[in-house]
Amino acid sequence: MMDPVIELDNLEVRLAGRVILKKLNAALTGRSIGLLGPNGAGKSTLMNTLLGFHPPTSGTARVLGRDIRTHAREVRGLIGYMPENDAYIAKMTGVHLVRMMAELSGLPAEHALERAHEAFFYVGLGEVRYRGLGTYSLGMKQAAKLAQAIAHGPKILFLDEPTNGLDPPARLRMIQLIQEIRDRGDLHLILSSHLLRDVEECCDQVLILKDGNVAAFCNLEEERRANRRFLELETRGANNGSFVEAMEKLGCEAATGAQGRLKLILPDKMEVRQLYEVAAQQNVQIRRLNRKRDSLEDIFLKAMEAADGRL
Amino acid sequence: MAVYKKTYRPYDGASTSGFSRLMVIPRYAFDDLHRSKFLTTFFICSFIYPLVCALIIYVQHNASALQLLGAQGAQKLISINVTFFQALLGWQSMMALFLAAFIGPGLVSPDLANNALSLYLARPFSRVEYVLGKMSVLMILMSFMTWIPGLLLFALQGYLEGWQWMVDNQRLAYAMFFGAWLWIAILALLALALSAWVKWKPAAGGLMFGVFFVSAGFGATVNAVQRTKWGHILQISNLIGQVWVWLFEGNNPTTSGALFFRITQGEEIPLWCCWAALAALAGICLYMLTRKIRGAEVVR
Repeated sequence: MMDPVIELDNLEVRLAGRVILKKLNAALTGRSIGLLGPNGAGKSTLMNTLLGFHPPTSGTARVLGRDIRTHAREVRGLIGYMPENDAYIAKMTGVHLVRMMAELSGLPAEHALERAHEAFFYVGLGEVRYRGLGTYSLGMKQAAKLAQAIAHGPKILFLDEPTNGLDPPARLRMIQLIQEIRDRGDLHLILSSHLLRDVEECCDQVLILKDGNVAAFCNLEEERRANRRFLELETRGANNGSFVEAMEKLGCEAATGAQGRLKLILPDKMEVRQLYEVAAQQNVQIRRLNRKRDSLEDIFLKAMEAADGRL
Repeated sequence: MAVYKKTYRPYDGASTSGFSRLMVIPRYAFDDLHRSKFLTTFFICSFIYPLVCALIIYVQHNASALQLLGAQGAQKLISINVTFFQALLGWQSMMALFLAAFIGPGLVSPDLANNALSLYLARPFSRVEYVLGKMSVLMILMSFMTWIPGLLLFALQGYLEGWQWMVDNQRLAYAMFFGAWLWIAILALLALALSAWVKWKPAAGGLMFGVFFVSAGFGATVNAVQRTKWGHILQISNLIGQVWVWLFEGNNPTTSGALFFRITQGEEIPLWCCWAALAALAGICLYMLTRKIRGAEVVR
């Protein structure tokens, strides 16, 4: 069992007289964790609370075992934060800002300078690093925010709506960068988004929030593993029944539907190729084969339908 | 690693101390200020008065120099006493006000204008350190303009006049040091608070003068209309002036305060009221800073 990256222990946060986070409890252990929920669900407030921007009204949270109430400074030392909104100093050049932020995180000046340049090249802004941040496009500003979040080599990266306002190519580039960082395995990643696709593509665990409650928590990696064996077929042919029987003999679980539709769960060792072989033997045509892909959407919609926001 | 090797790598090197992190802000601010020719020129010009004072002290103690200038009796015209040092502090403090109005608004407002505060405060760097870091920029520059030249001139006078003069007039040194720091603290707090509240730089700079001159005018109007002296409590220059007089001369003053910080004879308000008003002003500035310097703004 992995040590939790983030533990929420009855965490309640009240802002301007309103309860924003309502006694949250969770232990998140994944390498990349998604915070999902509609606007106003409390995703950004949760991130801000973990960063120490908002004090918890009651309860607490721990980041890599450090309590945010008693070790706030230490916690912030572990984190790289990419905020949701624009965050820059217009008159500063990109590399200047990232260097300053790295120094504030505790890097010696010479290391900070070197890593600021590296971070800018890494996010694809190498050629514009000496330009004033005020002149950057929205996509460039997002990339610059990512650069300042990773320049000091944090242990956890907080990304708050990283693809906000990006056009499709820029979004794709951002997602690729996040995946690359995740796959290196040097840090944990917490990604907050209201976009299912972003979370699905980058995260292996998802905490779904609704109205300040934990609406659902799921391990996407396990879901994906399970779904990899779940197939939906559309078949044509007279021997549909014998095809199903043959598949069941090979260890498949099968359910037949109308008009030649079938749902199959393949056993672990079985390859999809075998399915086509059996179909050919039984004179059955497979017209369509889908893997079940919309698990997160299902979970999300189910969570949103629950009246009190809890599954 | 060369920059063209585009990959992410963690950092596992040594970290700097908390103090050196605090000094990052002034270091970058000075880099930025150094690029402004106007501010550099203004800062250099602010040393003209102390240099003239140094020349006066030197000439006062150099008979041959006086003879050369053909002004043998000149030492009787300008005496190096309380008034001399009060005038120095008053003039230099007024220069410091201009400096604070030029530099102060540029310290916090650019960070607030585009939400950069969340970048600062998401690091092992607290709100207090942020404010201290920004204040230190003003404090260092204003120190070079006020108490540092003041004490150097005091030392020069003491060197030329003799050790006994220094012992007899040590109160002057304390008064310049603490009086200047009081002014510096008020100016720095006010500059940062206004810069945090008014995100537009020119407006924040204008407001800085406004606080001093409009409040002085308002205080004078209150005095005239109500036939009272309590309007002085709204005049920051008057409050500072009274505290300085006490610092320089104690409870039996012979002067009416420094240049630009003069108090009207017979219209003094109790000293504790001056301290209380200055403390209240500092408290308001701190409250304004507490409200504005946050990692994330709470929408009410």
